[in-house]
Amino acid sequence: MKSLFGLRLGGWLVFVLLVLLSVGCRQHEADPSVSERLSARPEAGDTIIMGTIGDASNLLPMLASDASSSEVAGLVYNGLVRYDKNLQIEGELAESWELSDDGCEIIFHLRHGVSWHDGVPFTSADVLFTYQLMIDPKTPTAYAERYKQVSAASAPDPYTFCVHYDKPLASALISWSLGICPKHLLEGQDVTASPLNRSPVGTGPFRFVTWQPGEKIVLERNPDYFEGAPWIQRVVYRIIPDLTTMFLELQSGGLDQMGLTPLQYARQTDGPAFRRRFSKYRYPAFAYTYLGYNLHKPMFQDKRVRQAISHAINQQELIDGVLLGLGQPATGPYKPGSWPYNGQVKRYDYNPQRARELLAQAGWQDADGDGWLEREGKPFSFTIVTNQGNDQRIKAGEIIQRRLQEVGIKVQLRVIEWASFLKEFIHPGNFEATLLGWTVPMDPDGYNVWHSSKTGKGQLNFISFKNERVDELLELGRRTLGRAQRKKIYAEFQQILAEEVPYTFLFVPDSLPVVARRFHGIEEAPAGIMHNFIHWYVPKDQQKFLR
Amino acid sequence: MLFYLLKRVLLMLPLLLGITLISFTVIHLAPGEPTDLQTEMNPEAGVEFKERLRNQYGLDQPLLVQYGTWVKRLATLDFGHSFSQDRRPVWDKIVERLPVTVLINLLSIGLILLVSIPIGILSALRRHSWFDRMTTLLVFIGFATPSFWLSLLLMDYLGVYLGWFPVSGIKSLGYEYLGPVNQIWDVIHHLILPVLVSAFGGLAGFSRYMRSNMLEVIGQDYILTARAKGLPERLVIGKHALRNALLPLITILGLSVPGLIGGSVIFESIFAIPGMGKLFYDGVMMRDYPLIMGILVIGAVLTLIGNLLADVGYALADPRIRNR
Repeated sequence: MKSLFGLRLGGWLVFVLLVLLSVGCRQHEADPSVSERLSARPEAGDTIIMGTIGDASNLLPMLASDASSSEVAGLVYNGLVRYDKNLQIEGELAESWELSDDGCEIIFHLRHGVSWHDGVPFTSADVLFTYQLMIDPKTPTAYAERYKQVSAASAPDPYTFCVHYDKPLASALISWSLGICPKHLLEGQDVTASPLNRSPVGTGPFRFVTWQPGEKIVLERNPDYFEGAPWIQRVVYRIIPDLTTMFLELQSGGLDQMGLTPLQYARQTDGPAFRRRFSKYRYPAFAYTYLGYNLHKPMFQDKRVRQAISHAINQQELIDGVLLGLGQPATGPYKPGSWPYNGQVKRYDYNPQRARELLAQAGWQDADGDGWLEREGKPFSFTIVTNQGNDQRIKAGEIIQRRLQEVGIKVQLRVIEWASFLKEFIHPGNFEATLLGWTVPMDPDGYNVWHSSKTGKGQLNFISFKNERVDELLELGRRTLGRAQRKKIYAEFQQILAEEVPYTFLFVPDSLPVVARRFHGIEEAPAGIMHNFIHWYVPKDQQKFLR
Repeated sequence: MLFYLLKRVLLMLPLLLGITLISFTVIHLAPGEPTDLQTEMNPEAGVEFKERLRNQYGLDQPLLVQYGTWVKRLATLDFGHSFSQDRRPVWDKIVERLPVTVLINLLSIGLILLVSIPIGILSALRRHSWFDRMTTLLVFIGFATPSFWLSLLLMDYLGVYLGWFPVSGIKSLGYEYLGPVNQIWDVIHHLILPVLVSAFGGLAGFSRYMRSNMLEVIGQDYILTARAKGLPERLVIGKHALRNALLPLITILGLSVPGLIGGSVIFESIFAIPGMGKLFYDGVMMRDYPLIMGILVIGAVLTLIGNLLADVGYALADPRIRNR
């Protein structure tokens, strides 16, 4: 026992030392095939293993609202239309479509010869059925609203599908990117109890194979896919809830693709060994982080105060500190480079002097010389609330706290568990300022977040922003179909937001995916890297999984 | 004895009911609802959808009515359907996670007993010796080491750098293609690190307990008697002292029965093991009431059974208690 123990402790210390030493001199066997990459041509085969932090919940696209489920379902199902790599709408199950002159009717001409994974042919009856399922009150789907706008839908022949709206709706066309479900497997059933929840049957490039809850989901290529069979034989989603473990798995060869954190991207993936085995990609994510002001609070009702706070915050410092430089300043609710984005809006550079001037104009001055601003004897002090579990927001909050202190504003930061955060703070309007983020929708309609009618309890304009011109623009924007006209409408919308500063827009983080180098054919585009996933391939001599 | 058992089992029923009532109330007191995940901060989801969902889940009923429905279903051993988006039966969700959790916990308790009982005995016999001090240090290092930190170090060094062990998960990718022997080896191979890490943290409790039991027994008069009548030390310790010192372990083991189905969310997340801890944590985060209640009920039943087993086992092992 004694010697055994001695060995254990000794071994443990040696082990700790080795770990410390090994950090600097890690090496991996070289990938022999790198030099042959140029001669490669597409070959079928191999498996790609993707890391995902959460298990999917439900693989019927209409029943799930989580990212993991929609990612998997996205490979199994098709919509009538989709966004292409440049974020333009293109046909998927629809070969083409016609828009009536008044913009109220869309006629989709569906592809011929498409079949479900079980061999049954796909027809317009499936589309009509999916639509009816969406608006059925018994279907618990979060996405029913869009389809309730349809006043009439019909399938005059197996390859034509028509929808009619009472008023033109800008997002009508892209709403038909929803995954079309098989009528012959779902008709007359309780959709929530359907076996398709766990083993989907779609028309997409990959067929469902198996789902081991909490462990993995496996798909395999659909050799009969109507756009041509994908090259990659099998897709495995491995569920690894911890990002550090996921990164270790990637290094040990247990994963081929994952999204990196800024820290991993900037500090842990620059070694030659890593670069030899993996390719890193970087492009702006469809998301932004903001500081929102509760406009019911007297201190934030003067827009000069909000402008002053924006001047006191150094956006670049936030990007460097929180994202290690892997992001860009946000100027409005759209992604830089996307079509609705207006870069010509008022910007608030870091200028504490200007911030103090604006605050003084609004009546905030340091009368008693204690370093904090006061108005009518009350010090300028407020609390920023944010949700637990998002380190980036907490760090951003701390940096903002320090910068506002420099202009004499006392800021407290409170971090609260998500459900309590919404129930106790955001929905009752029981907050002063909040640090949050939005994902940027592909369609620029911001009605639900910015319109003055959406300020009720539980609705998304929780900062109570009310601006008549913005209301007009939002109403107009969602009813206008031409992109050029819409661009103008949303450009003005962004100008007003930049002038009024209901939010201080902070930053747009970058997406940082990494993929094993043996996968070829990856093309970076505004839509990301997954848009041409069916064209990814591994040259025969580099294939790792043979069955 | 039989009467005593029957009484104990019958008394468990109102206790169980009380436990469920309190848990049911407490989890409903927490802010947030199962519908939040789909409806909150989702520009697409309208207020009407939320109401419809609440109605489908029965959340618009008074709490007492909800509890009544739940108990009625429980009486037929039906845990109901999960409120998460998959809406699967709670029982199915629990059962698919149970085997791996129980396996890891059994292995780890076994390993803990195997190591900590000898450590405890030896350090009691050689109290204040070098061995005693070093084992104390070691087990407390184990106790104090955050398991996520140790796991990550081991994974990085043994998994990534040396490549001896798989980093995470419980099966290899090609598990389905392996022969039965290789399948078993594959699972063992995956379990070595997690079991080691979870056992390392548990050494302190058992070994210290064993040590103090042993010390107490050694100071008893009957040990003095045994020594005085000239028994060899091996027999004094092995027969008289050890058997008495092991008795309280029965209680501890009985109390660890509910722990068999419990897992640690941190630990399971790090090793990507689909176990009970993660299931419960996710259930709590999305306020999946039927799932939370299902796991709590099973836990409560096991706790009660564990207590009963401990009492019965103690009585069986110790004539002094049996004859009272």
